Amino acid sequence: MHPITTFSAQIVALPVENIDTDQIVPARYLKTTNKVGLGDAAFADWRWNSDGTPKPDFVLNRPDVQNAQILVAGNNFGCGSSREHAPWALTGAGFKAVISTFFGDIFRSNALKNGLLPIVVDEDTLYQLFSLFEEDPATVVTIDLPNQQLVLPGGQRVGFPLDPFAKHCLINGVDQMGFLLHEDSMIAAYEARHPARVQTV
Amino acid sequence: MPIPRTLFEKIWDSHTVRPQTEATPAVLYIDLHLIHEVTSPQAFTELRARGIAARRPSQTLATMDHSTPTTPRNNLGVIPVIDAQGAAQLAQLEQNCQDFGIPLFKLGSENQGIVHVIGPEQGLTQPGMTIVCGDSHTSTHGAFGALAFGIGTSEVAHVLATQCLLQSKPKTMEIRVDGQLGRGVTAKDIILAIIAKIGVGGGTGYVFEYTGEAIRALSMEQRMTICNMSIEGGARAGLIAPDETTIAYIKGRPRAPQGQAWDEAVAYWQSLPSDHGATYDATVVLNANELRPMITYGTNPGMGIPIDGRVPTVAQMPDASQRLGLEKSLKYMGLEQGQPLLGQKINMVFVGSCTNSRISDLREAAALIKGQQVAPGVRMMVVPGSQQVKRQAEAEGLHEIFRAAGAEWREAGCSACLAMNGDMVPSGEYCVSTSNRNFEGRQGPGSRTFLASPITAVASAINGVVADPREMLN
Ligand code: SF4
Repeated sequence: MHPITTFSAQIVALPVENIDTDQIVPARYLKTTNKVGLGDAAFADWRWNSDGTPKPDFVLNRPDVQNAQILVAGNNFGCGSSREHAPWALTGAGFKAVISTFFGDIFRSNALKNGLLPIVVDEDTLYQLFSLFEEDPATVVTIDLPNQQLVLPGGQRVGFPLDPFAKHCLINGVDQMGFLLHEDSMIAAYEARHPARVQTV
Repeated sequence: MPIPRTLFEKIWDSHTVRPQTEATPAVLYIDLHLIHEVTSPQAFTELRARGIAARRPSQTLATMDHSTPTTPRNNLGVIPVIDAQGAAQLAQLEQNCQDFGIPLFKLGSENQGIVHVIGPEQGLTQPGMTIVCGDSHTSTHGAFGALAFGIGTSEVAHVLATQCLLQSKPKTMEIRVDGQLGRGVTAKDIILAIIAKIGVGGGTGYVFEYTGEAIRALSMEQRMTICNMSIEGGARAGLIAPDETTIAYIKGRPRAPQGQAWDEAVAYWQSLPSDHGATYDATVVLNANELRPMITYGTNPGMGIPIDGRVPTVAQMPDASQRLGLEKSLKYMGLEQGQPLLGQKINMVFVGSCTNSRISDLREAAALIKGQQVAPGVRMMVVPGSQQVKRQAEAEGLHEIFRAAGAEWREAGCSACLAMNGDMVPSGEYCVSTSNRNFEGRQGPGSRTFLASPITAVASAINGVVADPREMLN
């Protein structure tokens, strides 16, 4: 994973509550056996007509948001299924961060493993971002990861929580698999103390 | 005196390979890893890229369920997979299992079925274990007092490679259901009522433990229905303490401990229930006596009402975003605010999914539909959760009851629960479904889902409209 520190990007607002993973990527796109090419599947049922033409009134189809890399979404983003295809689709569609008041647990964990930042803000900040976008769709914000701050256009800084380990992994590009593999001797010691509880073969 | 601990804490403590610190999450050992075709291919790719083997194939089990067809077999016993991408995914799983030495219940085998139905059926799901699967409804296994939760594909790779996961300790929420259920009110109605009360995000960050008289009175299959939908309340896992019901269910199953190992296991299981005086981070209380059959009207499982209630009005919503949410849902569902759902015309009924496709669900459904007919113009699909459930149902003649009523009797799999395999609800049509998600497009693009219990589904199938099962139970 590439290290992430501070970046600025245009926002796009999707002020819908409880956006579930079936909206982020519908099940029929889950037949793939790799991670690439899911960008067009992001929000597919909101974005495309059944003949594949874009729905003009869906915000992500607007010409002026095509470079947006930060999605600002209503409360509780990413509830539902465990499909990691959801962050794969969002990063495939060019997003680097999603801002909401809270996230589904599995989505948040999956996003962090794919360099997609789930940024938690309070409701006031969320509504402020929605209005900023409404007033000026070209609004750019900065995400300062080392300081855990969101920098709004006027320079206002809003802190966001991030668990220290996730932060460490993001900033240093640490891969969690490598981290776990490194624990091999402790795992072996655990296994020696605890015989397997079940056998599947 | 040792500090009193909850069931969750006991399982967490006994699986900690390395405790959580301020800088790092805990390394948690996983006893059983379940795999299916949809969320695993990229994990195996990762292992191959790093040149590592599966650490414990004998603690891993794979099945085919999500993209498998449920159409009847041809006369050679083969189920044709029509869709090339789905077929490729199934072939990939078979190859991966072969290469990594993982046992697989493949399509056509006698044990194949929905991943959360087969674990308990085989006796693999046992109290005190940690169980994961790349599927959010892994919470189902919590009915046995196992800490079971869904993981993403990166984590599937972690478990394959190390049999461990990096996890931060979640908070605990006790959900106590006092009292007794009335006639026609089922486990599905309990969980729909809980989610309607706390909302789809209410359990985020928590593990639920369901307690109380009404929970203790449930069978294992009913407990699975409840734990299955913990994730719809935002909780990754839901637990029910093991008791005599749990032990009786596991006894004699193919992978259950035997002989002396059985006695030791039972003694351990009996030590697991939360200690007297153990505390939870939050508590929610419901009274089963007050519950009625539940049904959802909207596009998330928290949008549920008693079946004889009315869809809420926009004015009743506490804030602007919920008003918008309700408007958006009702527009999608083609419903009016304030309307009753009883009498609402339906097009389909789906009895199946890991929530309600076990033998007891099918028995209840069959008992109600026996001698009746599915209303003209309504399509009813009955999809058993596993081949074993299917065989049992056929041995009891349930399939003949369904067929005589005009319902379809199909092969085991996820089917119209997520509509990946061709089984779907046509755009704009209404389906009363015993599954767990009514999200937009969940049962196919444009599909409109009313979540309910198997008996509510059957009552609705017979009437051709949303109907109250209590009126049909004599
Ligand atoms: S039946 Fe539905 S919810 Fe259950 S595992 Fe299959 S797709 Fe998921």
